[in-house]
Amino acid sequence: MNALFDEPGPRARRRIRIATVVSALAGAVLFALAVRQFAVNGELDWKKWAPYTQWPNWRYLLTALGQTLLAAALSAGIGGLAGLLLAVARVSRNVVVSGLARAYLETVRVIPAVLLIYMVLFVLPSLGLDLPLLWKLVVPLAVSSSAQFGEIFRAGILSLDRGQGEAAAALGLRTGQSMRLVILPQAVRRVVPSLVSQTGGVLKDTSLGFFVSYAELLFSGKVLIGYYQNQLLIQTYLVIGAIYFTANYALSRFARWLERRRDVPVIRTGHPRAITLGSVE
Amino acid sequence: MDVLLDNFGTFAEGVLTTIELTTLSFAGALAIALVIVTFRVSPVRPLRFFGTAYVELFQNVPLLLWILFFVFGLPKLGIQFELFTTAVLAVSMYSAAYYAEALRTGINTVSTGQAEAARALGLGFGQSLRWVILPQALRSVVQPLGNLTVMLLMNTALAAGAGLVELSTAANRVNLVEAEPILIFSGAAVVYALLALVITGVTRLLERRLVIHR
Repeated sequence: MNALFDEPGPRARRRIRIATVVSALAGAVLFALAVRQFAVNGELDWKKWAPYTQWPNWRYLLTALGQTLLAAALSAGIGGLAGLLLAVARVSRNVVVSGLARAYLETVRVIPAVLLIYMVLFVLPSLGLDLPLLWKLVVPLAVSSSAQFGEIFRAGILSLDRGQGEAAAALGLRTGQSMRLVILPQAVRRVVPSLVSQTGGVLKDTSLGFFVSYAELLFSGKVLIGYYQNQLLIQTYLVIGAIYFTANYALSRFARWLERRRDVPVIRTGHPRAITLGSVE
Repeated sequence: MDVLLDNFGTFAEGVLTTIELTTLSFAGALAIALVIVTFRVSPVRPLRFFGTAYVELFQNVPLLLWILFFVFGLPKLGIQFELFTTAVLAVSMYSAAYYAEALRTGINTVSTGQAEAARALGLGFGQSLRWVILPQALRSVVQPLGNLTVMLLMNTALAAGAGLVELSTAANRVNLVEAEPILIFSGAAVVYALLALVITGVTRLLERRLVIHR
């Protein structure tokens, strides 16, 4: 239980029980109404779901999932690497370097990914550069995620104790060395959970492949819907939604698991009780 | 620059739509988020379950899919709104999941003593949440809410996927006629940046006034 309410007494317990029953009933009614809405409009008909018992359709969607994961991995990989460099540049003592990094981070942060996609679609060809389809999606996503990754890494660097940098300097390490050997390894470890959830964000953003006709999940769903003359629209979106949910939920559980693991004290002595309870006793 | 001036009307309409979409979605998202976060911290298990399911469902499925589902799927279920309304609904419901999580973090930052004091005064769960906890929680998450609102502004561009003519679509349309991509898209980017600047400015102002220094 949390701090918002006391251990409930008999009356409160009764009220909670009543509220539990009422809200469970309300939920059941809402769910029933939703199912009815599906049924009345013929969306539960077997012929509308039968195509999803056939392997070719699943193979098509799973191939698309592969394309989604590929685009997400490339975008997050490149965006993450660029973000790391940007964060290091941003905390640099060289005013020009940090100013440029800051300008980049703040500009990219306020340009919608859709707009970046249009730029790649129309500006680059007008400059005589026509990228392959995959990269028309990956380049804008890498650019937009680099700003987010950059902020995450910067937060990690800033969260470190100043003493770390000072100690590194006292050992005679130069700025670059102390960054590489002392600061970054600790900073990166601290922000691993945020990095994983940001990767989930990139995974969702690959759905913008819809705008560039790259055959990831959402666009492939559109193709499938068209193939069945719009008959399976609801079903296809539900199936695709379920696939996105599964992939992303797994990723966010992983992030949470990392977070919990990170909270465990790293330094283990033989007598943890003596340390945690020392001040109480 | 002539291209931008010649198409001022199209751009202005797009900008206006983006502003309306952002404002209405922000209000909707905050309202839904307050309900969801109340559910999530309540002692009633089905409500907690609903709150958690809501957040997970909306956070783990791309917004563009939600928009397409709302715009093209709901009519198949006999539920139809105007395109703009549907876009507001989808963006609000999606962003609400993020606002609710930010608010929950805010509730966690309110010290236990506040909740205990509220209970000691005889306030019930709803009362202490409304009068003591939420006002403080809201104040402590002004900055994250501001960032989420900038994200919401960026996300409104996804309504383009369903054919709503907001700023990014307006730019795209002008470009299809004028074929001046660099100028047109930089122009649109500048407008987005200015709108984001307004949000950041308001956030700073609110923060200076509201944040409780402990």
